[in-house]
Amino acid sequence: MAGGEGAKGEVISGHLPWHPAETTAPQPVKPGPWLFFSPAEVAAMGAIADRIIPPDPQTPGGRDAGCVVFVDRQLSGAYGRREGLYVSGPFENGTKEQGPQSPQNPRDLYRSGLSALDRYCLAGSRPVAARKAFAELTAEEQDDVLHALESGTAQLEGLDGKTFFEQLLKDIQQGFFADPIYGGNHEMCAWKMIGFPGARYDYTEWVGKHNQRYPYPPVSIAGRPAWNIRPD
Amino acid sequence: MRDMGSSAVRAAAVLAALVAVSSCKLSVAEQPPTAQDFDEIERGRYLTAVADCTACHTDPADTRPFAGGRPVQTPFGTVLAANITPDEQTGIGSWTPEQFDAAVRGGRRPDGKRLYPAMPFLYYAKMSRSDVAAIRAYLLTLAPVHKHVDTNQLPFPFNIRWGMRLWDALYFKPGSFEADPSKPEAWNRGAYLVQGPGHCAACHTPKTWLGADRKDRSLQGYSLQGWFAPDITNDPGRGLGNWSSADLVAYLKTGHNRFSGASGPMAEEVVHSSSRMTDSDLSAIATYLESKPGGTAVSDKPLSTASAVMTAGAAIYEDLCSACHRRDGSGVPYLIPDLSHSASVESREATSMLHVVLEGAQTAATADEPTGPAMPAFGWQLDDAQVAAVTTYLRNSWGHAAPATTAGEVHKARENLEAAQP
Amino acid sequence: MMRKLPPKDVVIVGLGWTGSIVAYELAEAGLDVTAIERGPWRDTATDYAPNFAQDELRYRIRHELFLRPDQTTFTFRNKMSGTALPIRTWGAFMPPNGVGGGGVHWNGETWRFLPSDFVLKTHLTQRYGAHFLPDDMTIQDWGVTFEELEPHYDRFEYLCGTSGTAGNLQGKIQPGGNPFEGPRSRAYPNPAQQQPFSHTLFAKAAADLGYHPFPQPSGNMSRAYRNPLGVRLGPCTYCGFCEWFGCANYSKASPQTTILPVLVRKPNFQARDNCEVTRINTDSTGKRATGVTFVDTAGIEWEQPADLVILAAYTIFNVQLLLLSGIGAPYDPVANRGVIGRNFTHQTISDVTSFFDRTRFAFNPFIASGSIGMCIDEFNGDNFDHGPHGFVGGGYMGQVQTNGRPIETTPVPPGTPRWGAQWKQAVRDNYQSALKPGTGVHGSMYSYRDVYLDLDPTYRDRFNRPLVRITMDFHENELKQNVFLTDKFADIFRAMGAQQVVKEYRKGPYDITKYQTTHLCGGAIMGNDPGTSALNRYLQSWDVPNLFVMGASAFPQNAGYNPTGTVAALAYWSLDAIRNRYLKSPGPLQHA
Repeated sequence: MAGGEGAKGEVISGHLPWHPAETTAPQPVKPGPWLFFSPAEVAAMGAIADRIIPPDPQTPGGRDAGCVVFVDRQLSGAYGRREGLYVSGPFENGTKEQGPQSPQNPRDLYRSGLSALDRYCLAGSRPVAARKAFAELTAEEQDDVLHALESGTAQLEGLDGKTFFEQLLKDIQQGFFADPIYGGNHEMCAWKMIGFPGARYDYTEWVGKHNQRYPYPPVSIAGRPAWNIRPD
Repeated sequence: MRDMGSSAVRAAAVLAALVAVSSCKLSVAEQPPTAQDFDEIERGRYLTAVADCTACHTDPADTRPFAGGRPVQTPFGTVLAANITPDEQTGIGSWTPEQFDAAVRGGRRPDGKRLYPAMPFLYYAKMSRSDVAAIRAYLLTLAPVHKHVDTNQLPFPFNIRWGMRLWDALYFKPGSFEADPSKPEAWNRGAYLVQGPGHCAACHTPKTWLGADRKDRSLQGYSLQGWFAPDITNDPGRGLGNWSSADLVAYLKTGHNRFSGASGPMAEEVVHSSSRMTDSDLSAIATYLESKPGGTAVSDKPLSTASAVMTAGAAIYEDLCSACHRRDGSGVPYLIPDLSHSASVESREATSMLHVVLEGAQTAATADEPTGPAMPAFGWQLDDAQVAAVTTYLRNSWGHAAPATTAGEVHKARENLEAAQP
Repeated sequence: MMRKLPPKDVVIVGLGWTGSIVAYELAEAGLDVTAIERGPWRDTATDYAPNFAQDELRYRIRHELFLRPDQTTFTFRNKMSGTALPIRTWGAFMPPNGVGGGGVHWNGETWRFLPSDFVLKTHLTQRYGAHFLPDDMTIQDWGVTFEELEPHYDRFEYLCGTSGTAGNLQGKIQPGGNPFEGPRSRAYPNPAQQQPFSHTLFAKAAADLGYHPFPQPSGNMSRAYRNPLGVRLGPCTYCGFCEWFGCANYSKASPQTTILPVLVRKPNFQARDNCEVTRINTDSTGKRATGVTFVDTAGIEWEQPADLVILAAYTIFNVQLLLLSGIGAPYDPVANRGVIGRNFTHQTISDVTSFFDRTRFAFNPFIASGSIGMCIDEFNGDNFDHGPHGFVGGGYMGQVQTNGRPIETTPVPPGTPRWGAQWKQAVRDNYQSALKPGTGVHGSMYSYRDVYLDLDPTYRDRFNRPLVRITMDFHENELKQNVFLTDKFADIFRAMGAQQVVKEYRKGPYDITKYQTTHLCGGAIMGNDPGTSALNRYLQSWDVPNLFVMGASAFPQNAGYNPTGTVAALAYWSLDAIRNRYLKSPGPLQHA
């Protein structure tokens, strides 16, 4: 018989728990105003995303693919606040093998990192002489700055440029390939680029079809255009 | 009859029950049941399960069996099921055998007031006196629960019980089931079970506007409590015509067969009632139902696969449904329903389908089939047009043919389901 | 003040694989059983339904089905001389949480260890001499043999519907199976899964090189199945969202799909979820467990008294609870005394990524199950002569690529920039024609004196209890083993016709940020000698006879195979002793 005898926490007994409409379905991102980034940050992030993943005739770049939306929504949620992670101190620097030990969460890192990046560019230090915010540099200049961050030769004020770069690279590329419900991979452009069918779940008839490229379009958790009735 | 210990008397009582003659029972004195009444009590326990008294009279929120208080939804409002434990003040403990029989088979309370047909006395009327007396014998062995239940929760004017006199005059025909001598014994037994204690028509027969059975459409399906209890005639499309007798027996006994799994109110029925019935009784039910004709043949043609709604429905089905139900709808026997052999898919009203797609459903778990697989909810993910497209696709594929479901119907179904949530 | 619940016959800490197996068997035996699980209830239609389970970001990258480090984590250092720091986010391994434990998100790889694995110390010493083994290697015999475990492996495989091809049936080698496996009494309950293109190609190349490839034994159903408990599973659809994810269509063996539906029906069984056991309680002698203490969702402490305590909380949590409850002497690596925490091991994993001509090869990498793959076992255990090579141990290797999920799996040739137009082009060009098995070389890790678990002096969990401290690094033996195996593995990809083969040797130091399976073992090992083991050969605590400790914590060292099959076989083996001997006459089942 069910009955907590006082202790809280579900007691399971007699039958498998179930309730109508019970689900742990995801929360798709909603289009709308930026939840984390300021307009200046949006400009910088868009430019960074388009260098990490440049646009080409077949596939959008990072900006048009929605990578900045992705990062914005992630930073405004549990990921940005490091919810669920162990954030108790003391914070000590360890070896690379001991993993990240920073007291900073991704929100802090982006806030300070993007501002330091623009200040760095405006100061006109090497490798780029032009005194402009990152978003206003030419594509080549932007690449040079990013290379410098990646290699550790660019010193950002108040934070480690290399750490910041790795964070940008990871988040933007993840946003590119994640399900579109999270804001990036607009219209499944990244999946179409590589031929990944997305959230499909049944390949029984294809396991045995060796060396034949799977031909069907991808589907997201939010569906695909064919789910909707086209007006005749 | 004090000497209930005599095996001759016991044998006579059993014989009497078998031929549905009530002579011995009328003079039973009010003695508490003794060990020698074991046979009758066991028979009563079995019949209580067949009649599924617990479905209404046991409140899941209160673990005491048959203590009443469970809300029963009717088209006219809610009634609460009565306390039928043998408590003297609040249950049936002080009722005479005649009063109990009059309630179960006549719809009349000891105080003379009429019972609402939420208590399916119309059907129980077909039971024999001795079967009902056995049920009473079993109920009297339960632990009495002192719990007062105010059964009449209906809104005005339905809460005026006197109105039931008129209703009964129109719709209630007292009298036990009469066997048809031209039919085999198994058929008659099945007819007795279905028409009497099983009271299948209570859910499965369409009703008039006053809530009585439409006898011209017996067992052809009815919408209630957010579900469509399907057509269980031998109609091959909308009914059980393409199930074998063994399929039906397996379904009733275990909650599952190679095509289908019981969910919603039928899952409860299986767990509390038909899974406890004997194989021969279940076979008899199958024999009877196989003989029940469906409605006039429906000449729907399936919608063209090239139509816009079928194309959209096929895409949704492929992406969301086929990993479990397979591309050809055949499912996995005993685990995932075979949509091509499902009475619910092609039924006259799409209520059950919409319910299951929007909210999901858990199937029955029984000792023989304990898996209890569940269908997930899709209501959060698909909009009304998409739900309409995929259900239309299902209702027009693999041999099915039915009118398209509309987005408006889906919208209504959503509203009803949300309103029904506690 | 702690409140006390009514006593039970048995309390089980953790409702994962072993918790579920033990709960079912003891409830069947008529005992009153309660299981206490730290995480939530999980089930198919509600937690990993086929309309949202396929979410790489949520489940693989953000680890949603796993333990949250802020609920509890561990600290880590490579060497005893270092300071351990917290594992703030998971990397090297992913501890499970919730009903079903690792059984919800595992790959389904269902192996048996080799007969020689169970008598490893004796076997290697006899074959190569004691001097061949490193001085600080602390491998031991298990105290149980393969023959004793065989019927219990069989039992688990039939519970799960394991799909495979037998290699050795009662001593007769079978074509198409693993010729090195120990003799099995009967065939697998289901035939092997179908193998996609690249896996089949690997097998052909391996066979051409003279090896004996066979399909990886899989906990993903090759067809619909009804197990001996009456629970049904469906056929796997090769969705490529297996490991890290729950199975959405009842086709992966897990406690949910094999045991829980019948277990919950038993009136003498009850489970609590979202309740964390914080301590095993003992009486004043310290030699008898009286039950456990747990904390509920309101933060309130409760005592659950019981006559028999089964610890089934996963390797590290088993060790943590033993240490925090003062059961067994904690291991001191300097003095080389004590048993709780010693012989901690992981796995030695490496990978080979290969690139093929994209005009001639289309692999559809997303078509796979978690336990797909054609493997060879020539280089596992002591299946080959180690004499010339100067190391011991080994592992299976195979094209076991289980997915093509793009956040993680977009291989590009070495030298490709990590971002920019060239990167994008390389990703596009190589996705369908590159192979990246992941845990392609699955090597053993033997145990060492300075690789162990104890309690951290600084960092604490939310209940202010010390975190477990992991001291772990690779030793020369495993790194040498890995170079040897990886080189052999790479040869097979070359033979498949790859244009470029990139070897990724496992290199030291052991890195807590790089995923290398969650096969953590040891720390509360079994054996015949209470001086060097925590449990006797029936998994019964030497110190507290009414406490049994299930799980890979019992492994004295890890072999070159996934552990789940052996974990479950040991649980059944222990249960056999509990049901047939312990319950009739409670007390120590083995004397030192």
